[in-house]
Amino acid sequence: MSGIAASGLDGVTVLLALPAATAVLLALLPAYRLAALVNVISCGVTFLAALSLFVVTPATGGFVLVDALNIVFLVLNTFVAFTTSVFSRSYIAHEHETGRLTLRHLRFYHAMYQVLLFAMNLALVANNIGIMWVAIEVATLTTVLIVGLYRTHEAIEAAWKYFILGSVGIALALFGTILVYMAARPVVGEGADGMLWSVLIRHASAFDPALLNVAFVFLLLGYGTKVGLAPLHSWLPDAHAEGPTPIAAVLSGLLLNVALYAVLRFKLLLAANPEALAPGPLMMTMGLGSVLLAGLMLYRRRDIKRLFAYSSIEHMGLMAFAFGLGGPLANFAGLLHMTMHSLTKSAIFFAVGTITQVKGTQRLSQIRGLTVSHPVLGWGLVAGVVAIAGMPPFGVFMSEFLLVSATFAWMPLLALALVASLLVGFGALMLRLSAIAFGEPSPGGTAVATSTVPMFVHLALVLMAGVYLPPPIVAWFQTVAEMLG
Amino acid sequence: MTGLGFDIAHLFAGGLVLVSLMLLYQDRLTAMIHVFAVQALVLTASVAWQAWVQDAPHLYVTAAIALVFKAIIIPVALSRMVARLGIQRGIETVVGVGPTMLAGIGLVALSMVVMLPVTATADPLAREDLAFALSVVLLGLLMMVTRRNAVSQVIGFMSLENGLILAAAGAKGMPLVVEISVAFSVLIAFIVIGIVIFRIRERFDTVDVGALDRFRGDRT
Repeated sequence: MSGIAASGLDGVTVLLALPAATAVLLALLPAYRLAALVNVISCGVTFLAALSLFVVTPATGGFVLVDALNIVFLVLNTFVAFTTSVFSRSYIAHEHETGRLTLRHLRFYHAMYQVLLFAMNLALVANNIGIMWVAIEVATLTTVLIVGLYRTHEAIEAAWKYFILGSVGIALALFGTILVYMAARPVVGEGADGMLWSVLIRHASAFDPALLNVAFVFLLLGYGTKVGLAPLHSWLPDAHAEGPTPIAAVLSGLLLNVALYAVLRFKLLLAANPEALAPGPLMMTMGLGSVLLAGLMLYRRRDIKRLFAYSSIEHMGLMAFAFGLGGPLANFAGLLHMTMHSLTKSAIFFAVGTITQVKGTQRLSQIRGLTVSHPVLGWGLVAGVVAIAGMPPFGVFMSEFLLVSATFAWMPLLALALVASLLVGFGALMLRLSAIAFGEPSPGGTAVATSTVPMFVHLALVLMAGVYLPPPIVAWFQTVAEMLG
Repeated sequence: MTGLGFDIAHLFAGGLVLVSLMLLYQDRLTAMIHVFAVQALVLTASVAWQAWVQDAPHLYVTAAIALVFKAIIIPVALSRMVARLGIQRGIETVVGVGPTMLAGIGLVALSMVVMLPVTATADPLAREDLAFALSVVLLGLLMMVTRRNAVSQVIGFMSLENGLILAAAGAKGMPLVVEISVAFSVLIAFIVIGIVIFRIRERFDTVDVGALDRFRGDRT
């Protein structure tokens, strides 16, 4: 709180207050075009507020914690939220015109979009692990509501499954959080200090290692459910496929990262205790398992949104693997991969959202020859899929390359397994891409005026990162990689 | 901690586990809702006792929430809904009662085995509370996976959440317990009853989740 008191209005206050206030405003605003515009503007200002944290970093207090690690998450989060709101504006207009969503639904959708942003920002800046938990829970339940927005059978089933698995995950995470407090109590003392991350990390070496171990297992399983790590991933494809597409972009690009952030914070606690178990191998096992499983599952997809949802599981697995491996190089690769994945995957979902509107279907078998019938959209999708599959010159290639070389230096055999799993996923994506993008175009298709600007902005950034990563970003990532140990 | 205080806390926490086991073999929705109300009462007593022995007045708020919200409002609302929908009939289970009970006993044993050794340094009250709380959480999970019916899955979730509140109340001096229990209650009230079940009802005229399985999007 001291930071807020000192400067009157700092970045963190805006990050939290603006989405909350906008949510209330949007809930009351009946005109959907205006609401979408307000949504965009609010997200843009939130992004600027996140950028301001680079310049003025608030002091760590009882409520707020801003360090090198979460600034990366905050900036990435608010940026993708901003571009998604631009995409959402045209997407939602089309959904309204075709009558899939009524005005009341739209008002609800916009308000929930901002509540989600508020909850994610709160989870990222909260110093108190209890508040972080509450924020992630709010974010989960908000997305449950948005996933069920279309009220079709599939959407309700997806929302229900997501709700059940999500709440189980969240319950396990809360149990883990309570155990962390129990471990801290004899050292830190009773009361609020026992839940402040900045206090916990200073004293972590004196905590009871056995209790900390059990706590981490619960936290990893609990928040890991939200990251979408196998074997607790089954909510993810349905939730992506049945909700509005902008939400699929936000889920893949942002919410999964927020859960990963929570896991990383607790991993740091464990790493600070010399007698506790090494958290790395657990994360690596879950991560590698997710990569392999998702890679295999990609072959059997018949739904375009589910296809890319499984690809998200694969990439979250890669990140968990990278952070589990640890060390400056692997952590750097993990951070870069997270950034690249968020940008690329949301770009793909922007393209997919437009494609499903154009074709009026999500079935892969009915989407053919896009580069012929819709060149801009088709080639945009090709670029996105090529990037996410890990081909040069895009940024994903670089992060995967770094990760594989870091693994190779540590254990060559494991690197082999990793490369094999990656190739499985790569093959599936290429197979699907050739069918969607090339050949005789499938019939049908309405004219849709959805903006392709956000998609190309993302792809340009990913391309740029693959060709030339600016030194300040490299230096920043290196600092964070050091910190992650 | 006096011997008696410890014993009473132990009694309530153990009672919570027992009621959770009772929830597992209920085969009618109305009976299940009644047992859930009993569980909420036991939780109230347990949290209130913790508030007394720890001298932590804020826990009385948590106890009051458990009493008013979980022991009265939710059961009444659920009963009325069940009556309105006319689904008092038996509950379709995925696994039979026998195996479920055995699994439940196994889970209780598991949580004792896991929690007691690692909390050796904690004070005995918190220690046993945690082991009991984990049992309740795992039994709630078990209930959620063995029932196909949306209402019983929700009751399973609430039972699981009761276990978490027990753990949080037992962790002496833990901040945010009241906030967490309020957050949970509000969410349960809004999400579960207001929206999900309402929507399922609206679409299927049944609250059997099995009906939803037919609409799995990715299946051909």
